[in-house]
Amino acid sequence: FDVDVAVTNPEKVGNSLPMFRSKTFSVRRRFSDFLGLYEKLSVKQSLHGCIVPPPPEKSVVGMTKVKVGMDDPSSVEFVERRRAALERYIQRVVSHPSLLQDPDVREFLERDDLPRAVNTQALSGAGFLKMINKASDAVNKMTIKMNESDTWFEDKFQEVENEEQQLRKLHALVDSLVNHRKELCGNTAVFAKSMAMLGNSEDNTALSRALSQLAEVEDKMEQLHQEQAASDFFIFAELLADYIRLLGAVRGCFDQRMRAWQRWQEAQSTLQKKREAEAKLLWANKPEKLQQAKEEITEVTKAWEARVTQYERDFDRIGMTVRKEVLRFEKEKAKDFKSQIIKYLEAMLQSQQRLIKFWEAFLPEAKAIA
Amino acid sequence: MMQEGLDDGPDFLSEEDRGPRAVNVDLQTDATLQVDISDALSERDKVKFTVHTKSTLPNFKQNEFSVVRQHEEFIWLHDSFVENEDYAGYIIPPAPPRPDFDASREKLQKLGEGEGSMTKEEFTKMKQELEAEYLAIFKKTVAMHEVFLCRVAAHPVLRKDLNFHVFLEYNQDLSVRGKNKKEKLEDFFKNVVKSADGVLVAGVKDVDDFFEHEKTFLLEYHNRVKDASAKSDKMIRSHKSAADDINRIASSLYTLGTQDSTDLCKFFLKVSELFEKTRKIEARVAADEDLKLADLLKYYLRESQAAKDLLYRRSRALVDYENANKALDKARAKNRDVLQAETSQQLCCHKFEKISESAKQELIDFKTRRVAAFRKNLVELAELELKHAKGNLQLLQSCLGVLKGNT
Repeated sequence: FDVDVAVTNPEKVGNSLPMFRSKTFSVRRRFSDFLGLYEKLSVKQSLHGCIVPPPPEKSVVGMTKVKVGMDDPSSVEFVERRRAALERYIQRVVSHPSLLQDPDVREFLERDDLPRAVNTQALSGAGFLKMINKASDAVNKMTIKMNESDTWFEDKFQEVENEEQQLRKLHALVDSLVNHRKELCGNTAVFAKSMAMLGNSEDNTALSRALSQLAEVEDKMEQLHQEQAASDFFIFAELLADYIRLLGAVRGCFDQRMRAWQRWQEAQSTLQKKREAEAKLLWANKPEKLQQAKEEITEVTKAWEARVTQYERDFDRIGMTVRKEVLRFEKEKAKDFKSQIIKYLEAMLQSQQRLIKFWEAFLPEAKAIA
Repeated sequence: MMQEGLDDGPDFLSEEDRGPRAVNVDLQTDATLQVDISDALSERDKVKFTVHTKSTLPNFKQNEFSVVRQHEEFIWLHDSFVENEDYAGYIIPPAPPRPDFDASREKLQKLGEGEGSMTKEEFTKMKQELEAEYLAIFKKTVAMHEVFLCRVAAHPVLRKDLNFHVFLEYNQDLSVRGKNKKEKLEDFFKNVVKSADGVLVAGVKDVDDFFEHEKTFLLEYHNRVKDASAKSDKMIRSHKSAADDINRIASSLYTLGTQDSTDLCKFFLKVSELFEKTRKIEARVAADEDLKLADLLKYYLRESQAAKDLLYRRSRALVDYENANKALDKARAKNRDVLQAETSQQLCCHKFEKISESAKQELIDFKTRRVAAFRKNLVELAELELKHAKGNLQLLQSCLGVLKGNT
């Protein structure tokens, strides 16, 4: 589907990176392009233990309404929500030093005509979770339990799981707040109208005017509540939703490391079997076939020895990357949360300032009643 | 359930609420008769109000005394005014609504049942919230019963009523248990007849401009006040729900903040503290809106109904008078029972004129009282909104100062 997403490219990299052709540039991308990018990146990078930022979820309901061309506020909100989420997604990708170097990312940012991404069905919201959980299941089914020489990984994994839980809870609460604020909005508008009607009926002139003024104040309050609800949602709720997904991606990393360990272990046990087979052959008394067989077996064993060494190296390397990635992630997360929550509080502050202005204007009207 | 002294317990409502808390402004409170509700007790299924009187009138045995009364006894007093023909020409102060703690009680019960499924902190917090809600409802019902008594005490004629004096002074139970079934049925039919009549009477155009205007005005005003009252309730309920959400968000942030001692965790703790404070303010805003706006509208809904009832009684007297005129003409034409018809006609005429005269004054007073009450409450509402908003603003500014300084 085609949606014009005007995500302005935050390329502040400028001319320090020779790989980009110009300083600022923009391209048009479809939603499925973003999902396609994620798929490519996750296939390549997660093998190294990289935390690949997940894209926003597909939404059948939301998109259907927009397709139908409905101009109502909820469709507008949906499009804005998606635009903002895609912007955050891309910003996270480009702020990651390794991902920025990735040719797929550069192509995504620069190339005018991108081939259509296929197979993005897997990346609906449920699909993404399924992927993560499948990896976890594979890890859980491991028969050999890992002996961690260093508890950092275990502890960190536990922390991540706990935090994800907490954020889910918090997100549900903020969602509830958004809904109640929207309700308050509607009820305030209705109340304002009824106050205006009452003001019309009132036969004392000054009181009648004051009641109409009160109706106007309440109308302005409705506006404030509307903006506050938007702030609750776009700044707070979406922040939490992003990090719930990101923490899922972090868990994915840990699982990748486990798989690497698993591969190494399996290779080791296969090597063991090959060596046993080699030994058996040595003890068998078939001198004619012995030399040839011996050479074959030695080749196979050597190959497996090499694999074992490789997998061990891979495992160590992934371990280091995961550690580095997690530390980086935590720094980014702290920065993100702080800046977003401060933004949220500043919006609240402005709201209160305007509220004060409204009531200060009303007070003399109320006092003028005689 | 809970024993509540009026001024004991958490100060949930603003300081402005201490002292005479009349939604309605009385025009003639003076030293000769002052009534207030000095204390109240909430028991399982009833509320006991301590009615305190100070008076220099010779009718009472002492200058200062108190009795304990329940809601039914207030209703008895109100109904005795309504049924008294002598008072037909006055706006009878509307009866206070029945104390209704059912919803609050139910919530507290549910909380008790769900105690096992939440943490100790969550339980304590919710319990505090619900207790505060209970206290607010309690204070409101006390205020409404008090307003009724003050209105009666301020009325030049009603304050002299014997039943009223008995109500104030007689320190035994008045034994006016709720009406039995038969009486309730009679009431029901009385009301049905009244509304049918009401429709009839509303259609008849009044000769007197003043009353014609009042009739039109009151019919419209009453409906609009009813609408505004219902809508204000809904709005305030949403406000309370939002404040409750902020409370839970604060708790959740606190949990996040206690996971570790990183910078981010400290940040969460500070924000959690802020939300705790702002939500207390938001809850007070909702409570103040409830008192100054919703209760005001509810009160004038009842008073405007009482004013309509007065107009209705006057209309009935007019109809009776007109019928008596017709009967007199008929009697004169037939020259039979003329004296009887003349007496009857004179009585009706006298009754109608008496009602009209006092009704006029009552309706003028009603307007004055209404304007004064709205002025007082709207001014107080605006001042409280400003006070709370400034409080919120200060909290946000100081918190942001700390948060930005640390990053």
